[in-house]
Amino acid sequence: MLVWSKAGRVLAWVTAALLFALIYGVPIGVIALASFSGQWNDVLPSHLTLAHYINAMRGDSAEQTQVSIITGFAASAAALICGSWAALALRNLMRLPRRVLDVIFFVPSAVPSVSVGLALLVAFSQPPVLLNGTRAIVLIAHFVLISAFTYGNVAAGLARLPPEYEQVAESLGARPFYRLRRVILPLVAPYLIAAFSLSFALSMGELGATVMIYPPGWVTLPVGIFSLSDRGAIFDASALTMILALSTLLVLVGLSRISSRAAVR
Amino acid sequence: MADLAVTSSPGSVRLPPGIWAVPPLLVLGALFFYPLSLILRQALFGDEGAFSLAHFGEVVGSRLFLDGLYHTLVIAVSATAGCLLLGFVLSLVIAFVPFPGAKLVGRLIDTFIALPTFLVALAFTFIYGSSGLLNESLMRLLDLSLPPVDFLYSQWGVILSEITVYTPFVMRPLLAAFSLVEASQIEVASSLGAKPMRIVRQIILPAALPALIAGGSLCLLLTVNEFGIVLFIGAKDVITLPLLIYDKAIQEFDYTTACIIAVVNVALSLGLYSLYRVAVAHLAGSRAGLV
Repeated sequence: MLVWSKAGRVLAWVTAALLFALIYGVPIGVIALASFSGQWNDVLPSHLTLAHYINAMRGDSAEQTQVSIITGFAASAAALICGSWAALALRNLMRLPRRVLDVIFFVPSAVPSVSVGLALLVAFSQPPVLLNGTRAIVLIAHFVLISAFTYGNVAAGLARLPPEYEQVAESLGARPFYRLRRVILPLVAPYLIAAFSLSFALSMGELGATVMIYPPGWVTLPVGIFSLSDRGAIFDASALTMILALSTLLVLVGLSRISSRAAVR
Repeated sequence: MADLAVTSSPGSVRLPPGIWAVPPLLVLGALFFYPLSLILRQALFGDEGAFSLAHFGEVVGSRLFLDGLYHTLVIAVSATAGCLLLGFVLSLVIAFVPFPGAKLVGRLIDTFIALPTFLVALAFTFIYGSSGLLNESLMRLLDLSLPPVDFLYSQWGVILSEITVYTPFVMRPLLAAFSLVEASQIEVASSLGAKPMRIVRQIILPAALPALIAGGSLCLLLTVNEFGIVLFIGAKDVITLPLLIYDKAIQEFDYTTACIIAVVNVALSLGLYSLYRVAVAHLAGSRAGLV
């Protein structure tokens, strides 16, 4: 406790609460309000409407929601496999090679997403592999950008695992694959789920790389939101942003409930 | 024990442990490092395939590029400074002036990290835009004919949006560091008559320094790479390096120039990333909460 007087404490809370509301509450509130606004030429919208959500539920917008969710799940699943594999493989290495490989697996998170998009565009528009204009290139971009975060999460979980469990299992005669399947993976399950939900959220909001490479017919939500707001349809853009945020949060909350149940077991 | 260990792997050939790292390395190599190397090749060899630094020098020396670099750095440094200040104050209150619901606030911050960055830029156009909430209210109130608040379509709009988005990235390591500060240390200091400001300066700030450095360098990296906010605010004279790359490649189809700018941008990011790694390595023991 840093502030002892009651008045001082209340002052600190009120300041923090105001800052918090101003910085985080107002933007989210405004987007939510805008997504229901019919017209907004005055201080507050003149009337409220569900029309933007109805627009978002059909046509291009509905398709974009679907594309984003499919891309998010596919890229996160691939990143989960690759990231966990890498984290598990690095566990038994010597100190130096482990640190070098650790940096290598983290590097994609440090490179700007637009440059990743450009790199994929340049690399896969020429032989031997032509992927420009396909859906696969969007998946690859999302996979590359989120793989470091999955790796990081799983590696952090493994680092917190006491080594005794595995040693006991080994001394009892468990083979490596059995140890992995029955001892290690269940123990790091909460981290695997956390890794998956973080990657899913990142993929849902990805814009920089996607905007460089998306083919017509595979438009993700952020790209759709940008083109709406670029055209001036800012209320439709707000409704779509709300759908994006809510579907991301829904997946996060759902997965964190599974994860806390797994942790209890 | 010895015979147990033997029976555990009868007849199995021991592979070198590094062999298991090869498949993910191959995947990353093919999908990330190979494309990245082609950026460098395109930047140095161009479309014709002849090595030349002339075009590289021309682009790097151009007004457009230098302006972009300047804006990128000014925005990143200012936004990071803002994030550190705001993050420090908010974390201080959450950690040391405990209130019911402090945990919930921490969870909310974590959730905010998961939301797309352009959400804030979009929200700001409703709040601070020329016909936004603030300007309409002020024009009403003060009977003005022109919007009085006009910073959104300048670099300040971008900086303010980035502070909003990236402050949680500073707060996570800070809250982790604050949780390690001994409560008794603060209680003793304040019972000896130290004022809150002095406690912050002499006890809390030194304890938080590594977390501030780690959070700050992560912020610097993320703000240099930020694209969505700059794109959504869309101010004509605020062009950062990522936006310049997008313009060159997608609007003008000039891949070689885009690649040259990307080489510089990637080099800058990797430099900042090394700074971050060094900072985190010095944070021995309190790595909790860092990506």
